Amino acid sequence: MHFVHFLVNVWHWLTASDQWHGGDGVPHLLANHVRVSVASLLVAFLCSVPLGAWLGHRRVGGVVAINVANVGRAIPVYALLVLGVQVFGISNPTGFGWTGSFSAFLPLVLLGIPPMLTNTYVGVRDAGDELVDAARGMGLSEGDILRRVEIPVALPLILTGVRTAMVGIVATATLASFTGYDTLATPIYIGLKIGDNVAVFGGAVLVGLLAVFADSVLALVQRAVVSPGLRAGGRTRRVRAQPAA
Amino acid sequence: MSVLANDANSWIWWAWIPDHQHEIYANLKEHMVLTGLSVAWGSVIALPLAVMAARRRVVAAVVVPIVSAMYTIPSVALLGLLLPITGLGERPAVIALTMYSLVILVRNALEGLRGVPPDVLDAADGMGYTKMRRLLRVELPLALPAIVAGVRLATVSTIGLVTVTFIVDQGGLGRFIQDGYQRDFRTPLVVGIVLSVALAVAADLLLVGVERAVTPWRRAAR
Repeated sequence: MHFVHFLVNVWHWLTASDQWHGGDGVPHLLANHVRVSVASLLVAFLCSVPLGAWLGHRRVGGVVAINVANVGRAIPVYALLVLGVQVFGISNPTGFGWTGSFSAFLPLVLLGIPPMLTNTYVGVRDAGDELVDAARGMGLSEGDILRRVEIPVALPLILTGVRTAMVGIVATATLASFTGYDTLATPIYIGLKIGDNVAVFGGAVLVGLLAVFADSVLALVQRAVVSPGLRAGGRTRRVRAQPAA
Repeated sequence: MSVLANDANSWIWWAWIPDHQHEIYANLKEHMVLTGLSVAWGSVIALPLAVMAARRRVVAAVVVPIVSAMYTIPSVALLGLLLPITGLGERPAVIALTMYSLVILVRNALEGLRGVPPDVLDAADGMGYTKMRRLLRVELPLALPAIVAGVRLATVSTIGLVTVTFIVDQGGLGRFIQDGYQRDFRTPLVVGIVLSVALAVAADLLLVGVERAVTPWRRAAR
């Protein structure tokens, strides 16, 4: 009964009209959250996918490309956000307004690179020797082999990397609320500070919805972009890649 | 005195460290306890789930998406959702960290169990092994490298995540990071980061050792 009453309060909190207007309203917080997430995902994508594709095509740097994800896992991301604030301050350097918060943006870029780099590298490297040989035999240039054969075949894996990176970035951006940049998690931050569990829970619901939404959007993109033929092909390759013993 | 500036405003103020030995020890211990409890609970839950999922496709089709979905919930949100139910403290931290460890643990154990070759299973059946005995004597030993690899990954990522639990008044070494942020004081921040990464590396190396110790046949093959 107590908890039901609590949930009713959360509902009132979520639907209160002043929650949806002004400088600390949900639309503003959401815009902030999305801005820093999209900016860092885009920059991380540009830093990792071309590099991973090139390394995978040339089959060099595998140790780095594969292990970067494991090293990244060990570093506490919240610490990177605090470091960002220590080094760059809370306000944006001139020309970096599009990042939302430069001190949050930079750690989020670093967080986003490993999954996309590793997946692109592995996907391109394992695209299939027969395919690459056939393409070479047909007279395709190395750039064309990468663009028209290896990347399309690697696409499911690359998109999985993008999805992992985005889920991580959207989730970690919430911590920026604890280092001075408002995101959808700001009600959680404030609620914790003043002991208002209704705001904490309400904020958590909003953040959870955003994360599920972001993940679903990329799941749909994944389904739309990758052709069914390739999906079936991916499955056979995976079976063959399994060790025989 | 040292040539390098070494005071409360520098990145690290060495004199702070011996003065805060007890605090460092307490936070390091909390960090290890939170990690240990979460990975242990995660393993206890994940292993039966993986065994059931390996036996029946229906179970896999339900369990894998659920544990994957848990992983997409941001830790700040999950802790926020747990807080009104559990209150502050160790409970919400361990519950959240356990939930995050599940996706890695279940996936690895499932992959390991599925990788057991069908002819080996047939041979065990032919020798008259019961289902339980086959599981314990054949399937689990063969899946062990994948299971331990999962525990390794889960441990390292849990060590990274523990720092966030400062928001439910826990945090282990994350307490130093939060303290450094709040007081604009870099020494605890640096100490927190360095010790947390060092702990992750140490745990990883330790588990590599465990991985080798529990799979002696792999060494012989090499």
